[in-house]
Amino acid sequence: MGWTDYRFDADQLSLRRDETKQATLPAATAAIITDNMTLIDLANPTRFLTLTARLLPWLAALTAILLLAGLYQSAVAPDDYQQGATVKIMFIHVPNAWLSMFVWGVMSLAALGTLVWRHPLADVAAKAAAPIGAAFTFLALVTGSLWGRPMWGTYWEWDARLTSVLILFLMYLGLIALWRAVEDPARAARAAAILTLVGAINLPIIKFSVDWWNTLHQPASVIRLGGPTLDRAFLIPLLVMAAAFSLLFATLHLAAMRNEILRRRVRALQMIQARQRPA
Amino acid sequence: MTALAALIQRDIKIALRVGGGALIGVLFFLTVVVLMPFAVGPDLALLTRLGPAILWLGALLASLLTLDRLFMADHEDGSLDLIVMSRTPLELACAAKALAHWLAAGLPLIIAAPVLGLLLNLDAASTSAVALTLLAGTPALTFTGMIGAALSVTLHRGGLLLAVLVLPLSIPVLIFGVAASQAAISGPLSFGTPFSILCALSLVSFVIGPIAAAASLRHGLD
Amino acid sequence: MSLGPYASFIVTSYLLVTVVVLVLIAWIAIDYRRQKQRLRELDASGVVRRSGRSAAEVQ
Repeated sequence: MGWTDYRFDADQLSLRRDETKQATLPAATAAIITDNMTLIDLANPTRFLTLTARLLPWLAALTAILLLAGLYQSAVAPDDYQQGATVKIMFIHVPNAWLSMFVWGVMSLAALGTLVWRHPLADVAAKAAAPIGAAFTFLALVTGSLWGRPMWGTYWEWDARLTSVLILFLMYLGLIALWRAVEDPARAARAAAILTLVGAINLPIIKFSVDWWNTLHQPASVIRLGGPTLDRAFLIPLLVMAAAFSLLFATLHLAAMRNEILRRRVRALQMIQARQRPA
Repeated sequence: MTALAALIQRDIKIALRVGGGALIGVLFFLTVVVLMPFAVGPDLALLTRLGPAILWLGALLASLLTLDRLFMADHEDGSLDLIVMSRTPLELACAAKALAHWLAAGLPLIIAAPVLGLLLNLDAASTSAVALTLLAGTPALTFTGMIGAALSVTLHRGGLLLAVLVLPLSIPVLIFGVAASQAAISGPLSFGTPFSILCALSLVSFVIGPIAAAASLRHGLD
Repeated sequence: MSLGPYASFIVTSYLLVTVVVLVLIAWIAIDYRRQKQRLRELDASGVVRRSGRSAAEVQ
């Protein structure tokens, strides 16, 4: 019932409430429609911008609080029996590694939104998330390398986990390259969506293959990052940091989505301007 | 003759002609295998140990090189639009093109492998093992590479991007291809496990490759 | 809080994370300001959005 009350404005990429229809509905029904239409309202980029403007300060504040709490927890965490104080690197390595995969998951959902439902904000969400995910993956790689150096003696070790993260980083870079290679935003979004979904299917295969490959060429010293079970003293800083980084991603992603919407608006206006003013 | 059979026959004919690019892949394969000893040293024992890996790497790079021809020529002369618009399901058309490409470009690599194995001091049993794994694995390389070829078909300088996109997809094939070869030649591990995983990867690529490539072509060409 | 013999590794990792996060925040903030600036310029040159609203109006 709700869809017929809206008209899709193709130029603005927005849904506009059809004013003529609202008047004929009884008040209670109209109220229900208004309350339940929030998700469709969100599809309207302008409404999304309003929501973002209201939400961002709170998200940023919450992120800062959690980050500070996480830093404090990491500072006061005890030393590990084997690793000593270097276990503190785990508190920033593991959240970044989790996030690098989580962001690909977010992009995969956005990819489904682009290909299956043609949700207008899905393109924006996917494009905004890619560089942020790549940054987290890069941090996971670097902190993993720095964490491993005291234990392995080398800055890089071709173990299963680090190698999988390296391949994931290459996939992020390839995706960003694809985004930048196609000029038209809508076509770029569709191509990137397909690559994201293929990558999502490929990730478990890669993880399985690299694990297999690693056990095949067993290195001399087998040191597992993180140990068999995690003591509660280490679990709490880890979870706080994980929550902090997740909120950090949410904040950055929302802000980047806002930038992307504005960028598209600029592009549309520049095209209108170019048409109005024959050079 | 059905539309798909005609498509396969057409693609093979074009690929085998001069400038078609099928046999250039074999030449590149030869180049890579010849370059390896210059980099690694002429120690025959070392080359024997590295043999399967060098052959697999050469085959992978050679198949990567010929991948952009999969759709590029058709896109340039307009026949890709006709294929997309025709009544044959685009997924099947993509699968047919990939099959033709593998027959014209992949099979020569497999046939060349035993000959090149001689350069790497591999004995007959080893090279047949490598050739068998190549037979099982190169279809996966072609069918997943087709996804990258479809995504980059409309880009003018898409060649390098294609390689970057396709490489993460080909890493599992490389891992299990070399593992299966090593297992057959020397390893304590059974040959069956990595070989069956390799076959599974190829079978999965037969499904995902055409679907993703068809989606890319449909979304990319309008 | 003694960081042990590998203190430099721990400090370097935390510093790197801080730097990269700050770079991300800065990049997004600068991009935001650049887009708003461009929208203001387009509004000043008289381009009108199809909805009739001014270009510089973000909400």
